[in-house]
Amino acid sequence: MEFLYFLARRLLWSILVLVGLSIIIFTIARIVPGDPARIALGPLATQEQVAALQAEMGLDRPIHSQYLGYVGGLLQGDLGQSLLTQRSVNEDIGDTFAATFELVVATVIVSMIIGVPAGVMAARNKDGWLDNSSRFIALLGVVTPAFFLAILLQLLAGYVLDILPVTNRMPAGTDFRADITGLMVVDTMLKGRFDLTVEALRHLLLPTIALSAATIGQIMRITRSSMIDVSRQDYIESSRAFGIPARIRTFKYMLRPSFVPPLTILGLEFASLIGNAFVVEMVFGWPGMASYGVRTILQKDLNAVMGVVMVSGLFFVFVNLLIDVLVGYVDPRVRIRGTR
Amino acid sequence: MAVPTNGSAPANVEEAVPAATISNAYKNWYRFSRNPTAVIGAVIVLIVIACALFAPWIAPYPEQVDNFVDFRARHLPPSWDHWFGTDNVGRDVLTRVIYGYRISLLLVVVVLGLSIPFGVMLGLMAGYFGGWVEIVIMRLTDIALAIPPLVMALAITAVLSPNLMNAMIAISVLWWTWHTRLIYSITRTLKTQEFVEAAEILGASKVHILFKELLPNCVSAISVKATLDAGFVILIGASLSFLGLGVQPPTPDLGTMVATGADYLPDRWWQSVMPGMAILFAILGFNLLGDGLRDMFDVEDVR
Repeated sequence: MEFLYFLARRLLWSILVLVGLSIIIFTIARIVPGDPARIALGPLATQEQVAALQAEMGLDRPIHSQYLGYVGGLLQGDLGQSLLTQRSVNEDIGDTFAATFELVVATVIVSMIIGVPAGVMAARNKDGWLDNSSRFIALLGVVTPAFFLAILLQLLAGYVLDILPVTNRMPAGTDFRADITGLMVVDTMLKGRFDLTVEALRHLLLPTIALSAATIGQIMRITRSSMIDVSRQDYIESSRAFGIPARIRTFKYMLRPSFVPPLTILGLEFASLIGNAFVVEMVFGWPGMASYGVRTILQKDLNAVMGVVMVSGLFFVFVNLLIDVLVGYVDPRVRIRGTR
Repeated sequence: MAVPTNGSAPANVEEAVPAATISNAYKNWYRFSRNPTAVIGAVIVLIVIACALFAPWIAPYPEQVDNFVDFRARHLPPSWDHWFGTDNVGRDVLTRVIYGYRISLLLVVVVLGLSIPFGVMLGLMAGYFGGWVEIVIMRLTDIALAIPPLVMALAITAVLSPNLMNAMIAISVLWWTWHTRLIYSITRTLKTQEFVEAAEILGASKVHILFKELLPNCVSAISVKATLDAGFVILIGASLSFLGLGVQPPTPDLGTMVATGADYLPDRWWQSVMPGMAILFAILGFNLLGDGLRDMFDVEDVR
């Protein structure tokens, strides 16, 4: 019951954040120096054409009515028309989101299954060579710009070693559409094309490494320090006195409370992860929402840009909601505090 | 956690210096100089700053910075004459990297100069006043944190036009939130301490308490955060210009150089790898220094 209460509060807060987000995005789109209609039509359009498009885009209405119109559209899931592709932004994002989602999910999975065990291992060997070397690697992961790592990976794996593909999600000319879930890896398996699953994974590997390096580093560092904090707690001390084996102590009594900080960090890191997806997708020619975003930004395609930012924010808010629920599940103290 | 710095030092350190005021500075220096990563970080940061300040004297070919073309010298690999090779119009890459640090550090100074005072101010107010001030400020901060900074910066430079000035604005717009959060959490624990209560009882003004009692105790946390931030501002600025939305050519910018050089991969790798390494070097320096300062000031939860 208390957990439901916690959930309801958290959900309400997420909605509030999204309302704030929509106001911010709307404000930015309206501070454009110059007229969106003029930008859309280019310098050769006549004054009448501009006025007609202004009326069509609702730019002649008062600002609050424009905002309400924008939110009304959002609520119906309508993001307007893209100037670049001449299609609705919904369709464009719908077509590209799955690719970004696949990349991001792969990144989160890789970050957790490498970052957490590495952190645990470093903590158990505190100040040993294993600890020092993994901390150094984590640091390198955090400080290397994602776009630069992406280029280095392309050079190394795609050219020097020549073992992995460096662009796109599938080899050119592959006759396969991911139309069940949109996730290449999942869809190839569902359709029984396991040869293509291997291809999909091979294409996914380099972008995932480029995107996850920073997150792995952060998660490893925080897991390490929280494991060390927990190991100084009295109950760990007494479990040691009772002669409980180190392995059980580590994995049963220390890991669960140590799991909360990495989850929280993952939530915060998710913002920069989405940001980095924009550069990584560009380098690897990954046909996702982020590279769509960059292309439309370069064309000043306002509706598409607003749509991409809104969906990115929505994604971030949703993931953080999910993480908060997970943290509430792992750590009972959080959900009890949440009800007060 | 930042606490008033009056903690007792190990006995041998106290004995080494006479006056108590020197003792604190000396103690900090002692701890700092015995932390190898912090010292390496400080050296790297000093090198980067020196490059930026003295670029015209350090750079081997200062005349080749921006509008310079020498087609005979195109695409030369790294050699004794050109340590980092030359680029697609024959400019010395090392020279442009050294000048590139100017742009990077200018970005850092402006972004942090705009966002730290603003963020710290809001954090102090939210933490000390509490009530609706706290609710409004912290909820706004939470909303701002929901937008990925790079995505926001992309959107802003998109509606404005891509150049250095707008990149600065675009990054600053959200950067203050982290400082607000940090200072808020410090202030909230500080305000119940005796020295604040004493000032209140003596009738000190709100302004006095905010800036003379609370702010000095946040300084070490702010400096650690600012050092770590410097690296991340360089990173985000480079990402922006890598996408063509930051500084425009021919201004020597590291992110732009990586992007332009990437067209000549893999054979002419130095044109993008060298500037990329230079970005990595600077960010690494600020991170190591920040970590070292964090240990020195003992402000653990600054990230």
